[in-house]
Amino acid sequence: MNIAGHLSYWFTIFLTIAGLYIVIARGNLVKKLVGLAIFQTSVYLLYIAPGKLIGGTAPVISEQFKLYSNPLPHVLILTAIVVGVATLALGLALVVRIKEAYGSIEEDEILKQDENPPSNPR
Amino acid sequence: MAPHFPILQVVLPLIAAPVMVLMRRGAVAWLLAVAVSWAALVMSLALLAQVADGGVISYAIGNWPPPWGIEYRIDRINAFLLVLVSLIASVVVIYSRASVAAEVPREQHYLFYTMYALCLAGLLGITSTGDGFNLFVFLEISSLSSYVLIALGRDRRALMASYQYLIMGTIGATFIVIGVGLLYLMTGTLNLADMAARLPGVNDARPVLAALAFLTVGICLKLALFPLHLWLPNAYAYAPSVVTAFLAATATKVSVYVLLRFYYSVFGESTVFAALPMRDILLVLSLAAMFIASTVAIFQDNVKRMFAYSSVAQIGYITLGLSFDSATGLTAGIVHLFNHALTKAALFLLLGGVALRLGGVRFENIGGIARVMPFTAFGIVLGGLSLIGVPATVGFVSKWYLVLAALESGAWWIAFLIVLSSLLAVVYVWRVVEVAYFREPDATVAKLKEAPLEMLIPSWLMIAACIYFGLDSALTVGGASQAAAALLQGVR
Repeated sequence: MNIAGHLSYWFTIFLTIAGLYIVIARGNLVKKLVGLAIFQTSVYLLYIAPGKLIGGTAPVISEQFKLYSNPLPHVLILTAIVVGVATLALGLALVVRIKEAYGSIEEDEILKQDENPPSNPR
Repeated sequence: MAPHFPILQVVLPLIAAPVMVLMRRGAVAWLLAVAVSWAALVMSLALLAQVADGGVISYAIGNWPPPWGIEYRIDRINAFLLVLVSLIASVVVIYSRASVAAEVPREQHYLFYTMYALCLAGLLGITSTGDGFNLFVFLEISSLSSYVLIALGRDRRALMASYQYLIMGTIGATFIVIGVGLLYLMTGTLNLADMAARLPGVNDARPVLAALAFLTVGICLKLALFPLHLWLPNAYAYAPSVVTAFLAATATKVSVYVLLRFYYSVFGESTVFAALPMRDILLVLSLAAMFIASTVAIFQDNVKRMFAYSSVAQIGYITLGLSFDSATGLTAGIVHLFNHALTKAALFLLLGGVALRLGGVRFENIGGIARVMPFTAFGIVLGGLSLIGVPATVGFVSKWYLVLAALESGAWWIAFLIVLSSLLAVVYVWRVVEVAYFREPDATVAKLKEAPLEMLIPSWLMIAACIYFGLDSALTVGGASQAAAALLQGVR
């Protein structure tokens, strides 16, 4: 198997797994979101890397340029970045609300609080 | 205007959402939400009538011809889904005014309806689009707005439920993008119909199978197939009543549609079922969902959470229908998708009435509720009977076709298991009946009044639909079997 030729895929896979691992292994709600962001970002690479041809230029109609890179993956990923930012912002906003309601952002402490609810559950 | 219906029904709620934010008035926002929901219903009925003869509507957005531009393609199956989603939305929105007034702080009302309109736009968009990446974007629009809707619940556990749903939902959506991305790399197109045409010419099958795996796991996370259902019970239990009813009836059903679309219209039946053990995988997971989730439902102390687990079990019946990989099985799956949406919408709407009067729906608090809220309680009994699958309810129609499909495939033991798992539904539905009818109401319950009419009428409309389509299944089964036939032909 041509390992060096698929270098960008190896980076992508490493980031995907690392991000997913953080989401699963960490109990801190903010750290989980960081993992989620890494996981989402790795997918951007999956789209962008194959769109680049070595020596390829932007698709400009000109006599000088014969080799073009596909611009579509970039456009798709611009959209995906917006979605990723929105998800992260909403996730962090939820963490702020959780911190206000529970006084903690550690998953195990929060779950423990709900097992024995305080005297005045809202 | 009629040629633009495929896009208008998505764009109207999408435009209504920012308008609601600008108006900042709860009452105006509600009126707008009613207007766009009913407009979407009218348009989706018109679309269903147009494709009833087996035709396909192809709408090129911005007049860019497919496969270069984004295409909206309406055929029998997604027209059926569009009607289901907009019908549920139209009924739920009428109900929402009183329920939201009680459960959501007043200054957040307009934001609630904004999120509701966005969620509706997302769900309708997923259903009508014929473009793989556009599907992901709409999926995220509906998901992000539903996280917000869930977090609006009164209980602080709603926040944690919403957070967990956000994590799981984003992982699912990202898996779907990976799948679509791999397909794009192999075929060079994002248009689903074009993709389907080019896939047989792809030389290297391994990335395609990887795409299938990513898409399956991603979509199954969104449709809450056992064991990927962990986000669902808390999200349903702690969300505002309106949100639970709306999401339970539409969000998971639209995800089932996405699964069907990818399996039958993009990959093709032969890739998914003949070459891979997908039948066995779906069968085992569906049976596990039917039995384990139903059993867990029996031991819940919150009625809403109990019905949430029952939803996981009922999704198992839908995927069980798919796992037979036959025309009857697919028909059963699609019919149950419709029937379960009606039943669960009715049940969660009625529970919302109890929550409005009592403030919660825990078993220990609702003893004797049938004395003071007879219409609500009787509605819950009828909805429960439909969950069990008693004749003359829609639940019976779905189970009948599921059993037929099981017998047709020669697996009589599955037919036996379907009936056996229905007995578990008898147990959990009976718990509600026992508590609501045969206990003495305590002092709090005795002072309650029946739910207001503007909530009772939409709920009973759903119950009436459960009975009507249980007695006369020609419309639903006819539509489902046509959709199943179209899917099996690979028509797209």
